[in-house]
Amino acid sequence: MSRRALLELQNLSTHYVSAKGTRVVRAVEDVSLRVEAGETLGIVGESGSGKSTLALTILRLLPPAARIPSGRMLFEGEDLLQKSDAEMRRVRGKRIAMILQDPMASLNPLFTIGDQVAEPLRVHEGATRATAWRRACDLLKAVRIPSPQARLSQHPHEMSGGMRQRIVGAIGISCGPRLLIADEPTTSLDLTIQAQYLNLLRELQRAHGLALIFITHNLGIVAKMCDQLAVMYAGRVVEQGPVRQIFRAPGHPYTRALLSSIPRMSDGRQRLSAIDGQPPDLSALPPGCAFAPRCPSALDQCREVEPPEVAGAENSCVRCWLATSGSGRGNVGNGAL
Amino acid sequence: MTRYITRRMAYSLLSLVLLSLTIFLFVRITGDPTTLLVEPGASQADIDAMRERFGLDQPIWVQYASFMQRLAHGDLGQSFYYRTPVLELYLSRLPNSLLLALAAMVFSLLIGVPSGILAAVRVGRFWDRAGKVFALLGLSLPSFWVGLVLILFFSVYLEWLPSSGSGTAWHLLMPAFALGWYFAAAHMRLTRSSMLEVLGSDYIKLARLKGLPESLVIAKHAFKNALIPVLTLAGINLVIMINVAVVVETVFAWPGIGRLLYEGITFRDFPVVQGVVLLAGGMIVIVNLLIDILYAVIDPRIRLEA
Amino acid sequence: MAMRSEAVPLTSRADRVRGLEGFPLLPVLILVGVALVAIFAEALAPHDPEVGSLAARFRPPAWQAGGSVEYLLGTDHLGRDVLSRLIFGARVSMVVGFTAVMVAGAIGTGLGIVSGYLGGWVDQVIMRVTDTWLALPALTFAIFLTAIVGPSEMNIVIILGAVYWTRYARVIRGEVLSLKQREFVRLAIVAGCSKGTIMRRHILPNVLNSAIVLGTLMLGVVIVTEASLSFLGVGVPPPKPAWGLMLADGKKGLMVGYWWLTVLPGSCIMLMVLSANLLGDWLRVKLDPQLRQL
Repeated sequence: MSRRALLELQNLSTHYVSAKGTRVVRAVEDVSLRVEAGETLGIVGESGSGKSTLALTILRLLPPAARIPSGRMLFEGEDLLQKSDAEMRRVRGKRIAMILQDPMASLNPLFTIGDQVAEPLRVHEGATRATAWRRACDLLKAVRIPSPQARLSQHPHEMSGGMRQRIVGAIGISCGPRLLIADEPTTSLDLTIQAQYLNLLRELQRAHGLALIFITHNLGIVAKMCDQLAVMYAGRVVEQGPVRQIFRAPGHPYTRALLSSIPRMSDGRQRLSAIDGQPPDLSALPPGCAFAPRCPSALDQCREVEPPEVAGAENSCVRCWLATSGSGRGNVGNGAL
Repeated sequence: MTRYITRRMAYSLLSLVLLSLTIFLFVRITGDPTTLLVEPGASQADIDAMRERFGLDQPIWVQYASFMQRLAHGDLGQSFYYRTPVLELYLSRLPNSLLLALAAMVFSLLIGVPSGILAAVRVGRFWDRAGKVFALLGLSLPSFWVGLVLILFFSVYLEWLPSSGSGTAWHLLMPAFALGWYFAAAHMRLTRSSMLEVLGSDYIKLARLKGLPESLVIAKHAFKNALIPVLTLAGINLVIMINVAVVVETVFAWPGIGRLLYEGITFRDFPVVQGVVLLAGGMIVIVNLLIDILYAVIDPRIRLEA
Repeated sequence: MAMRSEAVPLTSRADRVRGLEGFPLLPVLILVGVALVAIFAEALAPHDPEVGSLAARFRPPAWQAGGSVEYLLGTDHLGRDVLSRLIFGARVSMVVGFTAVMVAGAIGTGLGIVSGYLGGWVDQVIMRVTDTWLALPALTFAIFLTAIVGPSEMNIVIILGAVYWTRYARVIRGEVLSLKQREFVRLAIVAGCSKGTIMRRHILPNVLNSAIVLGTLMLGVVIVTEASLSFLGVGVPPPKPAWGLMLADGKKGLMVGYWWLTVLPGSCIMLMVLSANLLGDWLRVKLDPQLRQL
């Protein structure tokens, strides 16, 4: 790892503590990730797996009940956890941006599009209203909004869902961030628009040299958009590595189950396979591997001790006992236990 | 938008008709409304003449028709006590009530809105809890008691303020406080919950994600959105204030329509009572209409709803 | 940096966390206490509340100069013992308050269920009436009605019931509308139950929660309205002691500093309303968090 990564998370944990301090929800546990400049990382998981919390942790926009008990977040070499509130504020929107799932809810209904797109420019770069609005118009053009000048004075409810999401994207790239985090940006869009939007994101990425963290539960999108993939389960990253590698030879039983549950036309099987069981309660996790209760290949050891991260082929990583024992997943384990 | 307005107006018209019908029917509910509609101490001849005039032997719908006709002409009867048309009496007193209500409203918003915002922004902590206590007290202390206690303190013990009448700003202070007290609490509560709701929304999240300073997030993005329901309520409350000020006006001998109502019942001046009630209801219906229209103008979202 | 993010439901998390944590013991004790006082008024009151001794007018409470233990809380302008009047006044407030709330609740819930469940023109009619009556401020309406039928204890109860049922009807109707969509109601329809049966056996028990919560909240309001009516002179007729009436009488002595005639009855009203409100708030949290919109 000679080149410094754009974003590096080291053993990051985020917990929610209940009001009385009795319940602790381990939303994110011991997560280590890297994102290189210009790269796309996909984070995949069920709801409740901690992916959204992870995103908010990076931007340090957690609710008061949250604590970050351990870890470091290095962005361009600086530890974000050491930054003051004022410093973080300068990071948000300007160096790291985020777009949310529901574009209708993300835009303030009472203000014009122009106002909302121009706002980060005025705040971060001190642009005058006129300059900011001009740049807003350019941004709308960049995200392919027709007749951008007219749109500036309109309100969010006058736009279609697809347009709104583009506008949110425009807001995201407005100050030229190095990293854009997209939390399920296509989930609320029509299928027909999804593809267009994803293409737009790719274009923007190439044009601006953006790194992209793509949070989704849709592996199809991951296959199309992402270079690297991290699979999360119960707050932990259970597998990560290059997308091709993981798709070809998934190392973790959960990843395997996810991939096999995608229905394929070529499949001879008649029934869809789903993963048995329910997602775990993050405040009362069983000892050992969190996935063990639902894992078809679980060993006794899995239920007792948490598996470590085991490096695999091509800089991939799996958090599973099965990977260490070498019991046939094609990964050479460094961490012999 | 015009469709919306027309629909709204038709609805209000219906409400007004129903209101007048309700009042009309209630007056006749005892069977013989002459005791109410005739001056106390009138002779039998007077009573018969009144019966004739109001057509009290006529079938009910005829009576109602003539009642509505009189209403349409602004004829709400004549006060027994003052010997002037009720409408005239009402309109002469209305400005006083309006003044009192406005003062009370200003007071209630000045106290209620900032404390509501503070409570929401500092939710769960000291200011929020203080706010909760305040809200509780505001909603539980009857306005006239607040008024009486104020008089006790400021007029009797401290002798700073006059205890009754109107005429100067000093006279306005205590009644406005007493009247506005309850509404301050109500506005605080609404501002707080509205603000909390807004603060939890995605666009606030995005505003923070944009890296906007917290003061801007609150003052610009949250505030305006949170204020919408509060202003709506305030508008309605203004009219309600005018009408529920009966007791406060009585306590402070403030010459508004509340006091007029009190005089009406004390002097058995039924036309006045009926008139005040009719006008109270009518006023509220009309103001609700105006507020809905105003709302439609301000909030761009409503305009599209056909 | 502290902020609220993510799915804060309509009924904010802050309310749940910081709301009334436990059972509101003090308010309930107060309400029960007042009820007991009301029931055992005869035994508790040292004097006859309606008869006064002109020689003992305007006596201050026992702890002030000029006061005596005989009249613990002083006397009013007719020499009547304030304490006794407060005690009997509790009876008036409780009786009128509770009964009116029940009446309003019964009418309002009934009409709300009928209106919500049957829909159609029945719903339209009831709703129009409700909206119209809601347009009239309660106090104004109540005063109007007392002017027509004349004040008496019974009349006041009926009047208050007639004024306040609309508050119930709206809320209950809303609940019924959503209940109608639920499985068990549909099952009952499919099973051939008559409308009346469904309303009675399936809908009614499910709206009772809301009705009860509304009832406790209404109690405070009704008490204040009754006190207002008494204060204006159209409440429960004298010489029966009502706290509002005592306040009106008390005003006569206010300017000369006879504070006990105002502060004491007013405090009683305040305590009762406060307790009812606290109880109502707690019930609202306990019985159904969705009712927070009330």
